[in-house]
Amino acid sequence: MNDLATTQSQTVTGKDRYKSGVMEYRKMGYWEPDYMPRDTDIIALFRITPQDGVDPVEAAAAVAGESSTATWTVVWTDRLTASEKYRAKAYRVDPVPNTPGAYFAYIAYDLDLFEPGSIANLSASIIGNVFGFKPLKALRLEDMRFPVAYVKTFQGPATGIVVERERLNCFGRPLLGATVKPKLGLSGRNYGRVVYEALKGGLDFTKDDENINSQPFMHWRDRFLYCMEAVNKAQASSGEVKGSYLNVTAGTMEDMYERAEFARELGSVIVMIDLVIGYTAIQSMAKWARRNDMILHLHRAGHSTYTRQKSHGVSFRVIAKWMRLAGADHIHAGTVVGKLEGDPNTTRGYYDICREDHNPLKLEHGIFFEQHWASLNKMMPVASGGIHAGQMHQLLDLLGEDVVLQFGGGTIGHPMGIQAGATANRVALEAMIMARNEGRDYVHEGPEILARAAQSCTPLKAALDTWKNVAFNYESTDSPDFVPSSSVSM
Amino acid sequence: MRITQGCFSFLPDLTDDQISAQVQYCLSKGWAVSFEFTDDPHPRNTYWEMWGLPMFDLKDAAGAMLELKECRRAFGDRYIRLCGFDATHGWESLRISFLVNRPKEEPGFSLERQEMGGRNIRYSTRSYAVKRPEGSRYQP
Repeated sequence: MNDLATTQSQTVTGKDRYKSGVMEYRKMGYWEPDYMPRDTDIIALFRITPQDGVDPVEAAAAVAGESSTATWTVVWTDRLTASEKYRAKAYRVDPVPNTPGAYFAYIAYDLDLFEPGSIANLSASIIGNVFGFKPLKALRLEDMRFPVAYVKTFQGPATGIVVERERLNCFGRPLLGATVKPKLGLSGRNYGRVVYEALKGGLDFTKDDENINSQPFMHWRDRFLYCMEAVNKAQASSGEVKGSYLNVTAGTMEDMYERAEFARELGSVIVMIDLVIGYTAIQSMAKWARRNDMILHLHRAGHSTYTRQKSHGVSFRVIAKWMRLAGADHIHAGTVVGKLEGDPNTTRGYYDICREDHNPLKLEHGIFFEQHWASLNKMMPVASGGIHAGQMHQLLDLLGEDVVLQFGGGTIGHPMGIQAGATANRVALEAMIMARNEGRDYVHEGPEILARAAQSCTPLKAALDTWKNVAFNYESTDSPDFVPSSSVSM
Repeated sequence: MRITQGCFSFLPDLTDDQISAQVQYCLSKGWAVSFEFTDDPHPRNTYWEMWGLPMFDLKDAAGAMLELKECRRAFGDRYIRLCGFDATHGWESLRISFLVNRPKEEPGFSLERQEMGGRNIRYSTRSYAVKRPEGSRYQP
């Protein structure tokens, strides 16, 4: 038992509470250790690192205060409101295991503090003001719990995993994609060539990269026209439904709508946006996508600026929750084995947030709260960045079946060409699914299963030979603080 | 032209033993297996003809394999697919689908382009087979 948890409430009551001047936040009612969060409260968990000499409970109370009703001094106008209801309440502060000087602060917010259906409002409250607060060295929003009443005010993913699969007529295996490379410089005509080859070779999707918008070497209408020629040709040559994520990210909302409408006119099943367009624009595009039968792909461009370091910023698990509420259908959520940041357990937590209707508390996956999603559509995670066919057994094991596996370099960099690269990935995937369904120990027999499939598929053999030893083994910067043996619990 | 719909079209056609193993997998998950057939495999032809109802209470893959045999006897000149349906809340759709029979010849599709204003094109995918009436499409 730590001392912090037993720190008593120090809230000043009565007339003294509103005497003009400065008062510690914990005395103003922002530290209530006896408070039992209500089912309708929104709860946030912050990792706080107070400046030397700052008491962690006071720091937690300050975060609660500054993210709800408080300012630096007492104001009498509080008395014109039901101020006790509107004050966020820090109710629990725990030291972070194995991290001296850092604490987990649990803060509960009344539902009335938030506008229904607005991520902009939610984030302005929770992260709007507190991250530059001087008494803290660093602050990180680790996780949030949303009451069902609040979840229900959001549209959620425009399409959802199930309907996406129904529209694509693709069941029983991960979807396959590739990002067109080089990501900058191709003309529209050359770009469409890559799309056609990759889709004809067996991929379900190709993808614009985050910074492909409308540049001198390729303007957006040209890209859309050539991509849709490629998509339709590949559909006719395979009998499958294909798609290419047309990135509609632009400088204004009006431009984005114009591009999205052109994509629809051309018969695209999917459009794409970048996280950097902002939460409100994302919600607008999600509503547009729902109205127009469109799958909405979200590239998490920029997230690592605030998600990667454990001491400061916003955890990606929070961003994933916000984006599921906001209404994205696809979200990049890590590969574990690829070139980008991704601890296996933490990534597992992100995937559960995307795909499950109920997330139990699971500290070893970085999930601090039980979350009910109340039948909100499921969001398809996308694994992209430095993965190849030789890892198929690991990818299937780590990421499961409802995921888009994106092999950009692993398709386009194939020695026999793009079609062959796509075919290698598709054959590897189908062979692995078949083996798994047959009850084989595919994780351990993976290399053998791939080698056997490669006997009747030269492109797969070439892929396995080319990338056989490629791995990205670096230590993760964002791993869970708790291991399964930990005794910490809610 | 080989149509590549379904879960395993890039692998050599499944043997009956392999199909049976996949059926067993579906049953172990509690999914209802069914067969559907068509002679119009257009990518957006959702409703293939049902070979009876989904086998909700099936326990042994052998039962499904018997149905497949019957279905092939009647419609062996068409595409037949196996579907595994999961009625679990929040899914309530197919969990797996793959081809278990193909016609001898697969004529595939033509892509028709209608030139519109500007450089826009309206695309239509047409099965070559549907030029003939249903039921007589894959005969020589």
